[in-house]
Amino acid sequence: MKRSISSQLAAAILVNAVYEMRNYPIVLITTVLSPLSFLIVIAFVSRGSLLGQAVEGGLIMSMFQAGTALQGDLSHLKNDFKLQDMLVSSPASPTIYTMGIALSEVIYVSPALLILAALTQIYVHPSAFEGFEILLALLLMFLTSIAMGFMFATFSKDIVQSFAFSRLLTLLFTTITPVYYPITLIPLPYRYLAYLSPTTYAAEIVQNASGLLSMTGGRALIDWAVLAGFTVVVLVVSARNARWRER
Amino acid sequence: MGELVCESLGKLYGGKTKALDSVSFSVPSSGIFALIGRNGAGKTTLVRILATELELTSGRASIDGIDVMRQEKVLRERIAIVPQEARTVSWMTPVQTVLAYLLWRGFGYSEARKRASETLSKLGLEKNAHTMNHDLSGGTKRKVLAATALASEAEIVFLDEPTTGLDPISRKEFWEILRVFAKDRFIFLTTHYLEEAEEVADNIGILGQGKLVAAGSLQSIRDRMKYPYSIKLPSGATLPSKVTGEVIVGKRGETQVLTNEDEAFAISRRLSEGGQRFSISPVTLDDIFFQLVGETARDDEGD
Repeated sequence: MKRSISSQLAAAILVNAVYEMRNYPIVLITTVLSPLSFLIVIAFVSRGSLLGQAVEGGLIMSMFQAGTALQGDLSHLKNDFKLQDMLVSSPASPTIYTMGIALSEVIYVSPALLILAALTQIYVHPSAFEGFEILLALLLMFLTSIAMGFMFATFSKDIVQSFAFSRLLTLLFTTITPVYYPITLIPLPYRYLAYLSPTTYAAEIVQNASGLLSMTGGRALIDWAVLAGFTVVVLVVSARNARWRER
Repeated sequence: MGELVCESLGKLYGGKTKALDSVSFSVPSSGIFALIGRNGAGKTTLVRILATELELTSGRASIDGIDVMRQEKVLRERIAIVPQEARTVSWMTPVQTVLAYLLWRGFGYSEARKRASETLSKLGLEKNAHTMNHDLSGGTKRKVLAATALASEAEIVFLDEPTTGLDPISRKEFWEILRVFAKDRFIFLTTHYLEEAEEVADNIGILGQGKLVAAGSLQSIRDRMKYPYSIKLPSGATLPSKVTGEVIVGKRGETQVLTNEDEAFAISRRLSEGGQRFSISPVTLDDIFFQLVGETARDDEGD
């Protein structure tokens, strides 16, 4: 029998995004409100001066949330519903399964992304090249968070811990770190701590691309390299730990 | 005809907890095979190994000549499983559940949709096909899960305790469904219900503390038993003084004697001569399980 890869991807998107959003619209509202709420707070507190950074921060948070949600969802589907066990004993491919769930997370945050993309167009006015650079950084951010989500999912055995961990990651990497505001607002000694987070590099790249932060070309290259390197390392670690058949 | 073969199959968890201990048996890979055993006997471990979900520690196993460890990709083309602790996804309906599973197996959308509807109808679930899973009864949810595997093209289906939680009528309906599906596929099921194994299985395996204590058709297992006959006497009846075999006295004073054929007829004759009421029959699976797995098995069965 010829097996369709697109069907396998569609299955993940239907189960983990479409059916859930259709049957429980409340989750859609939460996903949209989460990045927008920080944006609104930052915009009011800064009297509009950090609106651009806040809109871009919302984009980064949405992409990061998509990746960390992968961790909770993979763990939920495996440990709570035993869905992964059913798929292990089937012709389903582990790579396609993971890719499908990852894609479903993008679908899940797509309403928020659409709103934020429109706000970016209105308040940041990026050129086509700047837009491309922002998109690339967001994609890399998504890959990083997907890899992190996948890595932590391989360790997780309990759904309560898994969801709590997922929220903790989002808090640490998108709320506290300078994603919604420029890194220059952080006092110097603490600034080094912010550089432990991959989202800081993504935010710098995005803010620099849209002229909201001034960086030298060399510095931007370093940010790209760190973000890419971080992604590769986490991907390799997670691929090494991942097991389709249990030991 | 193909075979399911296990040779000295062993499984250690964490390098020390023995779940399966040198399990060896072979049964035809057709019809229904029921694996019975007490809680913790190793049923689920054996199913998970055969369904390529779990690595074995020692020995080997194959189905139709396909090695479960070395040829798992080939085997996965032909198998499906419903794990013991599987749950329906609460935010989906039965038709969405079966459809998604078939899509994951690589079916095209229209074929998957057709198979999902047909299978749900065969299982008597057409009325519930579009009800949210969280609104279904526990038994219906189990049927929906079984429908996923049965709707697929898999020729070998593992069902780990599929009727747990079903009421007696639903369980009997489910047995009928299993018989229909087993006409053109091999169904490997585990169960706590001895009556279920006796009723639906073509072959039976009995696991006790990680060891396989018997496998084959009920008749062949019965033939190998030391005591293939059972005599039951009501409370207050008196047994002949000297009896060869095993005598079990129930909580309400009723007596059962498990014995060999000659002794069974000798006892019967003496009971008849004494005008006592009794019944005589070949041992049931319940009796066999009791003899092989141990006395406390009967209490466990009632759980």
